[in-house]
Amino acid sequence: MFEFCTDPKTLEGLTWLTCYVTTPKHMNLLWSVFVVFGLLAAVIPPILMLGFAGALARQSKIAPVRMLGLGYTSLVRGVPDIVLFLFFPIFLDQMIEILRHLMICPGDGRAFYQGNEFSVCTEAKMPLGSSAQWVHQTWGFVLAVCAFAFVFGAFTANTLYGALQAVPQPQLETARAFGMTDRQTFWRIQMPQMWIYALPGLSNLWMILLKATPLLFLLGVRDVVYWARELGSMKTQAYEYAHPDWRVYYFGGLLVFYLALTWGSQKVFDRLQARVGRGQATIGATA
Amino acid sequence: MSCAQTLADYGLRAFGYGERLLPKGDITLCEQIVLIGSGMLWNVYFGLLAVIFGFIFATAIAVARVTGPFWLRWPSELFVFLFRGSPLFIQFFFAYALFSSLPRTGVEINLGLFTLAPHTSWLTKAWLGATIVLFLNTSAYSAEIFTGALRSVPKGDVEAADAFGLSGWSRFRRVLWPTTLRLAWPSYSNEAIFLFHATALIFFSGFPAWRQQGDGLYYANYFAEQTFNPFVSYPIVAGFFILYSLFILMFFGAVSKRLNRHIASPVGRPRLRPLTILGR
Repeated sequence: MFEFCTDPKTLEGLTWLTCYVTTPKHMNLLWSVFVVFGLLAAVIPPILMLGFAGALARQSKIAPVRMLGLGYTSLVRGVPDIVLFLFFPIFLDQMIEILRHLMICPGDGRAFYQGNEFSVCTEAKMPLGSSAQWVHQTWGFVLAVCAFAFVFGAFTANTLYGALQAVPQPQLETARAFGMTDRQTFWRIQMPQMWIYALPGLSNLWMILLKATPLLFLLGVRDVVYWARELGSMKTQAYEYAHPDWRVYYFGGLLVFYLALTWGSQKVFDRLQARVGRGQATIGATA
Repeated sequence: MSCAQTLADYGLRAFGYGERLLPKGDITLCEQIVLIGSGMLWNVYFGLLAVIFGFIFATAIAVARVTGPFWLRWPSELFVFLFRGSPLFIQFFFAYALFSSLPRTGVEINLGLFTLAPHTSWLTKAWLGATIVLFLNTSAYSAEIFTGALRSVPKGDVEAADAFGLSGWSRFRRVLWPTTLRLAWPSYSNEAIFLFHATALIFFSGFPAWRQQGDGLYYANYFAEQTFNPFVSYPIVAGFFILYSLFILMFFGAVSKRLNRHIASPVGRPRLRPLTILGR
């Protein structure tokens, strides 16, 4: 990157370090930080959508819909999230490939699970075997986003359901007495007031989501953990920048990174809580 | 091969007893259940050790945070912040890197009678290294719960204890601690469940499985990779975890009953709400 970095073997001390951390490989580590933020940005909309869908399903008047909502939230909460993270992407991948197989090559009447193999016709592979490397990586990322959304959607549904139930019943009764329809009551009375009850739970979930982002590594995405392992492992003299096993420092750096993230988030949520609490008759808002 | 034979071969495979080679080729349902169940013994081991020692340490930290002198209070705060603020997944990686770098950097831990060499290598094995991380992690989370509970012990209880002439250790043992436990119990049971769930992370983070001796999820993942069929092994391991969660809830429910036995009406008793918060 810099002029004086052309021959790393001759460098010493601080210049060596400067050159070392600005190699193209280290830029990958910086980029992977954006992968973490990209994941957070990408999962929030589907999480909130699934959360609302789940919460509304649980307070639905139709029994099967209610059971579906309850089943979804209970199942996800009873099983370790890591099991779901490992299971869900394969599940989704195979389901999509089977669907594509049925659409693209319907004449091919093969069994999908033959002994120890899963097979669909080559045109139905997702992504196609001929696709570029980045397509495969993006597809992996999309599957990861779906897995996160599925797991955290259930937790969000639970929080939002609790918050919707916590809105005082007389408020809703008053709305009905004023002649509001169910829809109007929900949008104008129940929704705006639920946030103060939902926020502590949501902030807790946000913290958990932040701390779950390194699990991307398990899904084969090249995230911060991947690059920390890659860059930190011992480099012999065959490499341009030789160094012993520095994984401790790299993982220590990651710990500090996450501590800063959670600490900053806590500050933001404290302010937000004070804001949504304005004018509400709760202990937190009045005290 | 009959299922009884499989049980004999693989029942303790996760601890290195029985058949050395893992099943290959045509994998039966029985083999999957037995081997995953054998791996789940590791989850029980990690979970139990971390919960038992974590409970004691967390109580000490909570007391230090609420009533301790300044020089005890701030390290406790820092400890809780460090372990609650960072992902357990990275803590495992960090600990493994740290433990495996110990002999090379020449850090010596003198434990009196014991020699050093085996100790540092044990730390890089999951049975000790991962247990230590898990213990510290659950201590921090439980300490947060206990601190909250200790701070909300009713003033009247403390005044009554003073009036009875109780002080120091006996006041803590007979008045403060039981009430703290009673208040903390619903949240603490959640923490215990999520600690058991977190044990599934161990062999997927820093700590490698030694001679393919892994936990339940490790074997479930092995089968899923062997058969390309995730619809058998993952539901099995999920089923085991749900079963465990129910056991934990039953145990904690029984303890809760005992803690609340002097409280007359069922109204106002802290109810055991299963799984209302998620772990880490």
